[in-house]
Amino acid sequence: MATVVTVTSGKGGVGKTTSSAAIAAGLAQAGHRTVVIDFDVGLRNLDLIMGVERRVVFDFVNVISGEATLNQALIQDKRLENLSILAASQTKDKDALTEEGVGQVLEQLAEMGFEYIVCDSPAGIERGATMALHFADHAVIVTNPEVSSVRDSDRILGILQSKSKRAKEGGKVHEHLLITRYDPARVDNGEMLSKEDVCDILAVKLIGVIPESKAVLKASNTGVPVILDDDADAGLAYGDAVARFLGEDRPMRFVTPKKQGLFSRILGGGD
Amino acid sequence: MALFGLFSGRKKTSAAAAKERLQILISHERQNRHGPDFLPDLQRDILAVVKKYVAVRDDHVSIRLDRAGDASVLELNVTLPEN
Ligand SMILES: Nc1ncnc2c1ncn2[C@@H]1O[C@H](COP(=O)(O)OP(=O)(O)O)[C@@H](O)[C@H]1O
Ligand SMILES: [Mg+2]
Repeated sequence: MATVVTVTSGKGGVGKTTSSAAIAAGLAQAGHRTVVIDFDVGLRNLDLIMGVERRVVFDFVNVISGEATLNQALIQDKRLENLSILAASQTKDKDALTEEGVGQVLEQLAEMGFEYIVCDSPAGIERGATMALHFADHAVIVTNPEVSSVRDSDRILGILQSKSKRAKEGGKVHEHLLITRYDPARVDNGEMLSKEDVCDILAVKLIGVIPESKAVLKASNTGVPVILDDDADAGLAYGDAVARFLGEDRPMRFVTPKKQGLFSRILGGGD
Repeated sequence: MALFGLFSGRKKTSAAAAKERLQILISHERQNRHGPDFLPDLQRDILAVVKKYVAVRDDHVSIRLDRAGDASVLELNVTLPEN
């Protein structure tokens, strides 16, 4: 039995794809056979973040429509042997993602021995997003400490609790809150919602806080999931979040303002 | 700016304002979420009927569903303009 982990948010640009890449790489690093699927039909991007953009031949929609087999479409990560990527279609329209088709692909992936299927949801509440939500066993709600992102996350929680397969069968999707682009200095100044504020409002268990970090852009520039950058605060924070997902108890790091020493100030440091 | 800072200690921060607004909005949205799907349409229809007789503003008609025991109560509030 494979576990479906859907990374979702409602709002765009909050860090879903960054988080999907990091979580999938983190699960694979921990020894679990993992596949990460891009559900953003028409706006493929996970391939770039994973650094496999030149190796995409067939995509998710090709597999659903029978134009390619899963084996042809899966891209094996070159860094982590436990990790595969399934790219989104760049051309076909969103309606190609049928419930039956998506369900069959997920089932087949489970039969192939994948333990975790990470679904990178597109923004919005249209087909791609609802399909990614529908099959979720776990949902990672990516939220920025900002009003519209928090509100959209609550909408998504409502959909999870009423429209997902698990909900319809009388069960519950495991919900995890992942706060990203967190700036502890601004929280301290009262300019940004704190992690406690966001948790209070959404009432979902916090799985991690990812700081606003220059390392994320650097990682996407080079096509390496940020979790593989051991020197980056954001990478380490994703590592902690994955460990918590797997049941480990870890204290939150990078949630208080960095003390700028004389040394780092001279060097103009930070990250 | 620095001077302002001296006095701003007691002023409500923008993050506190954000939290307060979100809590109000989200509790409202959650209430509607658990109601039946036709609630927004019903609200629109009722508003149209009321408007046939009185000129009321859209936000002066509110409709909500409350649970009282094992029954649901549909509460309709229309604020009529003076005279
Ligand atoms: N922790 C972070 N610190 C700084 N920038 C970030 C962080 N997380 C995401 N970003 C940036 O935000 C933008 C949107 O991220 P992305 O993962 O594509 O979001 P989504 O998939 O939700 O649209 C990207 O430019 C990404 O580099
Ligand atoms: Mg994305």
